[in-house]
Amino acid sequence: MGPGILEVLFEYWPIFLKGLVGTLKYAFIAVSLGSILGALIALLNLSKSKILSAIAVVYVNVLRGTPLLVQMYIAYFFLPIAIPALNSVSKEVYVLIALIMNSSAYVSEIIRGGINSVDKGQTEAARSLGMTAKNTMTKIILPQAIKNILPALANEYIAMIKETSLAGTFMLYELMYTRTILANKYLSWQPMFIIAGIYLMCTLGLTYVVQKLEKRFSVSD
Amino acid sequence: MTEFNEVLIETVNLKKNFGDLQVLKGISEKIYKGEVVAVIGPSGGGKSTFLRCLNMLEEPTDGQVIFEGNVLDAKSTDLNLHRQKIGMVFQQFNVFPHLTVLDNITIAPTLEKKVPKADAEAEAMQLLETVGMADKAKEYPRKLSGGQKQRLAIVRAMAMHPDVMLFDEPTSALDPEMVKGVLEVIQKLAESGMTCVIVTHEMGFAKQVADRVLFIDDGIVAEEGTPEQLFDHPQNPRTQEFLSQIL
Ligand SMILES: Nc1ncnc2c1ncn2[C@@H]1O[C@H](COP(=O)(O)OP(=O)(O)OP(=O)(O)O)[C@@H](O)[C@H]1O
Ligand SMILES: [Mg+2]
Repeated sequence: MGPGILEVLFEYWPIFLKGLVGTLKYAFIAVSLGSILGALIALLNLSKSKILSAIAVVYVNVLRGTPLLVQMYIAYFFLPIAIPALNSVSKEVYVLIALIMNSSAYVSEIIRGGINSVDKGQTEAARSLGMTAKNTMTKIILPQAIKNILPALANEYIAMIKETSLAGTFMLYELMYTRTILANKYLSWQPMFIIAGIYLMCTLGLTYVVQKLEKRFSVSD
Repeated sequence: MTEFNEVLIETVNLKKNFGDLQVLKGISEKIYKGEVVAVIGPSGGGKSTFLRCLNMLEEPTDGQVIFEGNVLDAKSTDLNLHRQKIGMVFQQFNVFPHLTVLDNITIAPTLEKKVPKADAEAEAMQLLETVGMADKAKEYPRKLSGGQKQRLAIVRAMAMHPDVMLFDEPTSALDPEMVKGVLEVIQKLAESGMTCVIVTHEMGFAKQVADRVLFIDDGIVAEEGTPEQLFDHPQNPRTQEFLSQIL
């Protein structure tokens, strides 16, 4: 049976804290860089060129249609072969690239959905005034789409907090990796409850915050 | 019709298909400077499509739209410059909900014509004055009635100093008590010499303001003439049938 959960928590809390920081950090990197990449993919997807939008559709379907763990393994083993220049960077980067690309696929769909949710009449009104496509997008469509995009992005961050648990498989120091560390100290089940509790606090807490913010947004509507 | 001699917009054998559906089957029309043209006809006949082709919101499948001597090309960047001179008012208003009334009016002139903000705002205030909405300048559109939204949409288009205004059923989405105020604004515009093309189901209004009426049915201009000719002595059986159903 071994020591209880609270005992383990009191003795090893710095390890869990470091894991938590890692989890939040990797999720943040994945979603923020994933958002930039995702915005580009969304632009491709919405572009008039059939080829460009087809590329975006394939990209999104592949990344959303295969398990993240598989993508991570491919990145981990194949990236250094495909791009020898990456050999010198730390293995952490490969795993992060997989996380970022995976997140970008989801984010691009969020952005595309947000833009499509704005009434077509808005574009028509702006274009009929002689506004350029760029000004129409940046001054008319995006400011309206952002109300739908931001809460969905926050939800993507919450989902990504759970997804990053797979990074521990590749020795990245995040919450799930603390299990590997403590297994060396013959602790099996106790850390898992602590880890689960921390994940739950993060996801529930952030979900609550997002809901509050969503209410704010809809009031100003 | 003889008093108008300068052609502002000309369509040449204008055709538009949506997939297999032939919506415009070849419309050749001239709209003269200063003229007020009402477009009437049964639902689905192609009135909106015709109007939307005039500023290339719909790209014609075949034929040409010539505006002030320029053949409009949906792919050319010059199109934006031409569109600045073709105001359009929609049935659903399409005001910008995230901008104040004032910003709705100033955004296009400041961005696209580089009008200084102070000048644009001063003019916007004058325009709002003319439609009785100066007190609404700082409001957001959600606080406006349908009639106010449509009047805002009209002055937003006017702020670009267009040479022609296109109206697509500007009062069809309004509560009955709002219709009159909007029609008055359009009538004032028409009387001021603005070239107008107005798709409308308000036959009384069409009769009152129009110099010429086009009856569009099944993708062609089936009949046209002065309001007296068209409303009082329609020649085409289709026009007669349409008018008898509506009046
Ligand atoms: N974007 C589109 N895609 C497919 N079909 C369309 C599109 N726009 C219009 N149509 C079709 O073209 C035909 C003509 O439509 P249009 O809107 O021009 O008619 P209308 O004369 O304006 O009718 P209404 O009085 O109901 O407004 C209709 O059958 C309509 O369904
Ligand atoms: Mg119509």
